[in-house]
Amino acid sequence: MKIAYYPGCTLKNKAKDLDRYAIEAAAALGYELEEIENWQCCGGAYTSAKDEIATKLPAVRALANGRDNGGRVLTVCSACYNVLKQTNHEFTVNPDFDLRVNNYMKPDTEYHGEADVLHYLELLRDEIGFNNLAKKVVKPLKGKKIAAYYGCLLLRPSDVLAFDSPENPEIMENFIRALGAEPVIYPMRNECCGGYITLEDRNQAKKRSSAVVESAKDMGADFMITACPLCLYNLTKNANDPIPVRYFTEVLAEALGLIEE
Amino acid sequence: MENNNRKKEQILRMSGAAVQKCMRCGKCSATCPSYDEMEYHPHEFVYMVERGDVEKLLKSESVYKCLTCFACVERCPRGVEPAKVIEAVRLEAIREQGKNHMKPDQIPELLDEDIPGQLLMMALRKYAK
Ligand code: SF4
Ligand code: SF4
Repeated sequence: MKIAYYPGCTLKNKAKDLDRYAIEAAAALGYELEEIENWQCCGGAYTSAKDEIATKLPAVRALANGRDNGGRVLTVCSACYNVLKQTNHEFTVNPDFDLRVNNYMKPDTEYHGEADVLHYLELLRDEIGFNNLAKKVVKPLKGKKIAAYYGCLLLRPSDVLAFDSPENPEIMENFIRALGAEPVIYPMRNECCGGYITLEDRNQAKKRSSAVVESAKDMGADFMITACPLCLYNLTKNANDPIPVRYFTEVLAEALGLIEE
Repeated sequence: MENNNRKKEQILRMSGAAVQKCMRCGKCSATCPSYDEMEYHPHEFVYMVERGDVEKLLKSESVYKCLTCFACVERCPRGVEPAKVIEAVRLEAIREQGKNHMKPDQIPELLDEDIPGQLLMMALRKYAK
């Protein structure tokens, strides 16, 4: 099956692995990710201000493209997912936004929030199913203790994203189980890594990231997985005593036997 | 005072947050990962904007300490959305002529080779207009 795919700027650049393994693993599971034509960067952060229009237009273009190409937009990056989904939601609660966006863009077909935004993990959980995924695993990650790091962007605001329980999520833990490994549950898995503050105040980012990594280590993690390039950067570069952090798509590809030794 | 009121209304409009629902429980500040770095804390943003006491907030570095992690939004028992209030104050501050918090040409010197593109885009969104 084909799905419109929004890779986002970071996956085309620093996080090439996140992109490549996502495409290869999807193919192994029967999905063809079709990159949206001429996509533009989502901006990395959703601006909650009601009167901000211009900064949200790249996301709207991607959403409209998804609607016209199968009805959905698939993303892998937590930040893209958060921005696309919050932008899409704004159409349903803010008529003024809807009007101004369509007036400004003058698209052939007006856009009113029709596309479905889908995270790669949701595809695995809701469509492929973790049971079926488990059956496709050829190299189970036996004996590995993996700490899933959710951070903020996949979970909050939960009334808009509806991705998983904001305080007690389990999608990534079930993903880890499907790959034959053991999930590590730790208190800081849904607390912030410091995010963009690393640019201006590295000390604060260090405090946040160290607290997250320490928490995962305390519970016995061998390594951590994430869907967010900025989380990966913060946890590996800013934690005092880091442990390996990998993209979830990379461990997926490994378990599916797609990575050459 | 009138100017203050105009700014207060603008901030409330931008944020869409229901500051009058706040019951001052402090849960937003208790859960905030930037609490120690802030001069004014999330519950104070809510309270001060409601009172129209916005000038101090507009001038405070606290607006740049919020990580937009939305923990306060998620955990507020009254659905007040403090992070949206802070975001609106920040935008009100940087939208003023010449008040960009960080200029694009300041960014290259802050980079290292592993910084993801996402971070630069975010920083431009957060600090400049
Ligand atoms: S958590 Fe909500 S109700 Fe409590 S002080 Fe903060 S904004 Fe007010
Ligand atoms: S969004 Fe900002 S104010 Fe709210 S908890 Fe996170 S850092 Fe604190």
